[in-house]
Amino acid sequence: MKGWWWKLLSVLLLLYVVIVGLHTPLGPALVHVSIAKIQPGEVSLTATGYNTHFNQEPPQVWLENDGQRVCATAVKPLSDTELSLTFTVPQGFRNNLTSLWAWDAVDGTIVLREAFFTEGLGSGMAQESCAVSDAPRPGFSFPNRSILNETIRNLFFHVPMWFTMMTLMTIAFWYSLKVLRSGDLEADRSALSAVDASLLFAALGLVTGSIWARATWGDWWTSDPKLNGAAVTVLIYGAYLILRGSVPDPHKRARLAAIYNIFAYVLMFVFLMVLPRLTDSLHPGNGGNPAFSQYDLDSSLRAVFYPAVLGWILFGVWAYTLHQRAARLQSLSDEANDR
Amino acid sequence: MRTAEIAHLLKLEWQLDRRQKHAWGSMALYVVSTIYVCYLGVRHLFDIPVWNALFWIILLFAAFNALARSFQRENAGRQLYLYTLASPRSVVLARTLYNGATMAVLSLLSLAAYALFIGSTPMEGARTDIFLVVVVTGGVGFALLLTLVSALAARAGNGIGLMAVLGFPIVLPMLLSVMKASKLALDGMGWNVTGKYVLWLVLIDLITAALAWLLFPYLWRD
Repeated sequence: MKGWWWKLLSVLLLLYVVIVGLHTPLGPALVHVSIAKIQPGEVSLTATGYNTHFNQEPPQVWLENDGQRVCATAVKPLSDTELSLTFTVPQGFRNNLTSLWAWDAVDGTIVLREAFFTEGLGSGMAQESCAVSDAPRPGFSFPNRSILNETIRNLFFHVPMWFTMMTLMTIAFWYSLKVLRSGDLEADRSALSAVDASLLFAALGLVTGSIWARATWGDWWTSDPKLNGAAVTVLIYGAYLILRGSVPDPHKRARLAAIYNIFAYVLMFVFLMVLPRLTDSLHPGNGGNPAFSQYDLDSSLRAVFYPAVLGWILFGVWAYTLHQRAARLQSLSDEANDR
Repeated sequence: MRTAEIAHLLKLEWQLDRRQKHAWGSMALYVVSTIYVCYLGVRHLFDIPVWNALFWIILLFAAFNALARSFQRENAGRQLYLYTLASPRSVVLARTLYNGATMAVLSLLSLAAYALFIGSTPMEGARTDIFLVVVVTGGVGFALLLTLVSALAARAGNGIGLMAVLGFPIVLPMLLSVMKASKLALDGMGWNVTGKYVLWLVLIDLITAALAWLLFPYLWRD
């Protein structure tokens, strides 16, 4: 076990992440209503749910507007995910956006916020709010966010890629310092291997991010500080490889590459920390968007996300050590051939 | 001792440039002809973001052109001679200071030529004092950053081509923040808004200079 337990750990963690992360269902949610506008009087509509179980037990359904509730006069499940609803909408709702809520014992409380534009506004409706049940949903599932929907699982793959890349770049930085201290070619090989591996994870991060952006924001690439940061990072390390390629003498190459790596790494880190604060971003936690940790209150995402981060980082370090050992063997065999 | 050495090296740079007058002339001509080519392409620009972006792109290329020669104009023998005379940190500090001063002048000169040809309409509603501070800070920042990159490229024995490859990615953070700051100054924002960006720019400049000072001795020796 000595020396390789962490490799086993990374495999086990990633197995857990793939199985639990892809197999856990999304929580039930209301995703669509057949009409966009309600006005005072009788209103009929169909509401569409996702991962709901309306057939098992017809839910209680109500409208909510600024804390005031109006219960449905008729609720008829058409299928597990379709509900036929009838409301008597009163005069005098205060807000021009009304949300739709539902509760049943299987799915818990689910809501479609800002579901309807509302007509006939006033200073509040006259009759009492109706009584409803309200209880959290039982069981383990991921939050069902609008726009994100099923793609929320990408959190366990896209985000850890960047953490892994940063870890590997820090390893490369450390070895570059070592090169300057001792002129050690072995350390130079380690730095190069770490940069290679980090570029692999950068590419994976870009691919997973691009697919995610297409699914949620509607474009493969958006002008976003995080994306600019990622692009600059990839360019910097591309330049690092080109610099290495243009110096034939190994000792000089080691030193020049180490200097560029240290220079670029420090500037890049300062940049990555400050840039998101200079401009707005679509990413969670920037530009007024809530961070993931803020709306992930049931912590089901965290139960997979933290193991995913640790698992991917260990996996990345493993990839780096393999690459480094291969490079070392290659250079040893080159030396033997030269002799 | 150190300061005397740096002053001496600064004087050496100054004398070298005075002796090779074409160096200054080529820098000025490069900027003016770039601006003139842009002028032939776009005539007058009235849109603030485009005006601003084009100005910084021109200045960036001017900086690359001006600083490439910083470490490439002397051959290996002269470098070795300099190495025996002065400490490497004095050399890099003197060159950085000298390049910073050159770029401060060059950026103001570029601005004047740019305003003349491409038009100064976007500067009418601007906070001119802040804008000038940003232009000079940005120009000096390019100089600080590219001095070390120029030394690296010269050491790698691969001229301006390598300098562009190495320089562009690491100059991007500075370019983005300087464009943002100058855009705000052109929009007429006061110190309360632009202050934090200018401060951030100065901070990058200082970090860059510190890194150059720390790393240069390793670059110098062979």
